[in-house]
Amino acid sequence: MDNLLFTLLLWLGSVAAGFFGALTGLGGGVIIVPLLALGFGVNIRYAIGASLVSVIATSSGAASAYVKEGYSNIRIGMFLEIATTLGALFGAFLATMTPTSTIAIVFGIILIYSSIVSVRPPHPTPAAAHPDKLAGLLRVDSSYPTGEGIRNYYVHSIPGGFVMMFGAGTISGLLGIGSGVMKVLAMDRAMRIPFKVSTTTSNFMIGVTAAASAGIYLNRGYIDPGLAMPVMLGVLVGSFAGSMALIKARPASLRKVFSVIILLLAVEMIYRGITGKL
Amino acid sequence: MPKKPALTDKQIEVVIGNLLRAGVLAAAVIVLAGGVFYLAHYGAQRPNYKVFSGEPADLRDISGIARDALAMHSRGVIQLGLILLIATPVSRVAFSIAAFAAQRDRLYVALTIIVLSILVFSLAGGHF
Repeated sequence: MDNLLFTLLLWLGSVAAGFFGALTGLGGGVIIVPLLALGFGVNIRYAIGASLVSVIATSSGAASAYVKEGYSNIRIGMFLEIATTLGALFGAFLATMTPTSTIAIVFGIILIYSSIVSVRPPHPTPAAAHPDKLAGLLRVDSSYPTGEGIRNYYVHSIPGGFVMMFGAGTISGLLGIGSGVMKVLAMDRAMRIPFKVSTTTSNFMIGVTAAASAGIYLNRGYIDPGLAMPVMLGVLVGSFAGSMALIKARPASLRKVFSVIILLLAVEMIYRGITGKL
Repeated sequence: MPKKPALTDKQIEVVIGNLLRAGVLAAAVIVLAGGVFYLAHYGAQRPNYKVFSGEPADLRDISGIARDALAMHSRGVIQLGLILLIATPVSRVAFSIAAFAAQRDRLYVALTIIVLSILVFSLAGGHF
């Protein structure tokens, strides 16, 4: 196979990854890395470099669509980005010191988790009735539009959420994924921020988090232009098409199929990691 | 009635959203242009990504990439587009500092400067 065909196939694969990533809300990264590593025989370090670049593209490209709706909370997002960027730096350093087999196994575990979440989206937690002192000091309590008008909400458990965000940033930097699922979990579950606000704010944060590990990746030679080019362009096209399709349909059955595929990829990643065939 | 701030959060977000989209589009155009050159040059070669050896030194930092791109080396042009892409969320953070300053929100100016410092540290190569 020559470079021309390789690039074309990679682009097509990335379009598909971006499409299903947007449709299921998991993002392209969790599929790009296994696609490159298992499907194209690419070293996992190059794979996470290319994936991370595509994560920045989709997060930043989608942001303008979200902000017009007025859901995202830029104050809590900016505050928590201190945690996610520090985590991303830590994760990127960790990636350079971790053997590829270990990275593959950790990736497999995250894939299993993503697979479970994609079929069972977390139930929105009930809104907090009372304000929290630290949230008041940081002025992060806000409001968002609902079907029945503007609704106020209080943010809780800021220290716990901050620690979880550091963890999400670490996973993002270690594996070259957006780890949006974990960011939403921290905001929605721990901090009791409304689900819709959590998902849009998380999308905003993903690009900044990924940029914090991208510098380290670039400096350590993880970002190959020949690989990143078709991956970034493909995921961008695919995720745009996916978000358009999402407006038309709620694909419950597709999510099930997708979660099974992710589970199979997880098993393969862990198996290859244990046997050292990556 | 509280005094109306110079810029509302919503207005800031709309500007930021457009800024991000413009950055991504510009990056994609540069990457695509570099990609066409790249395939014209290296399209017939066999790809080999099995072993990680890392990129050559000139494709690892901003000054080397700028030099390669100016010399119209296809890999350097793609890398320049990717740098622009990475810079897009960073510029969003930088813009937020100005926006919070316009709102006279000192706490968030300080918090945003911390985030920007972490990003700049990483882009400078992350050396202690």
